[in-house]
Amino acid sequence: MTIVFWILAALTVAGALAAVTLRNTVHCALAVTTAFAGLALLFLQLDAQFAGFAQILVYIGAVAILVVFAILLTRGSETSEHGVFSPTWLAGLCIAAAVFALLGWAVLRSVNAIPQQVMAPAITVKDVGNALMTRYVLPLEIVALLLTAAMVGAVIVAMHEKGDVK
Amino acid sequence: MTPLAGYLLVAALVFAIGLAGALTRRNAILVLIGIELMLNAANLNLIAFWRFGPHPEALTGVMFAVFSIAVAAAEAAVGLGLVISIYRHVRTADLDKMNRMKG
Repeated sequence: MTIVFWILAALTVAGALAAVTLRNTVHCALAVTTAFAGLALLFLQLDAQFAGFAQILVYIGAVAILVVFAILLTRGSETSEHGVFSPTWLAGLCIAAAVFALLGWAVLRSVNAIPQQVMAPAITVKDVGNALMTRYVLPLEIVALLLTAAMVGAVIVAMHEKGDVK
Repeated sequence: MTPLAGYLLVAALVFAIGLAGALTRRNAILVLIGIELMLNAANLNLIAFWRFGPHPEALTGVMFAVFSIAVAAAEAAVGLGLVISIYRHVRTADLDKMNRMKG
């Protein structure tokens, strides 16, 4: 466990915590961007360069911008007079704590049974590209179709209806 | 604690925080942010198991994570489009006020 891992883990967890607890929605979007950046750096720390840079491009470059657009278009930065948490927040918090306790218990119980690879895998982005074009070419095509359908669907769902002058 | 356990615990913590956000916030956009955090935690698990497991040259974990990132991007686009569309009907992003199936 290096010091870099602990710094990145603290950054990620702090960003995620701020994203779900802050009152101002725009601040939440900024905090979740920090969490995404921390996760991308953790991917790079795990020698997964392609996934790390894809995370930066897709999450920090696209999803964070989309979230900010949606917040500004829906006036979500105005805090509601009833508070930002739902009336059943205590139950939600208990469920989340129980899930974390279960996951942590399972990890700590079972992780020593798994053989650990200490050597860093010698995988380059070229290998990833070769795999995407040979063994994983069908999933790649399906993802391309999914992204096209999602883009068309998002535009149709969010489009003004005809005669809708609001 | 082994490195793998450290990464898995961070992923479990981020997953739990995302779940708490999705279950407790009122704003629909913040619920979507919580779901994105949960998806990211799953990706961290996949890559950690790929890095520390046997046969990293098969690239299975990285491929899973990359396809999961692509699917999450599609989900975010459609989800935020739905939020904007609902906002146009009911003039709010508050989930507690979206209690009618009929627009």
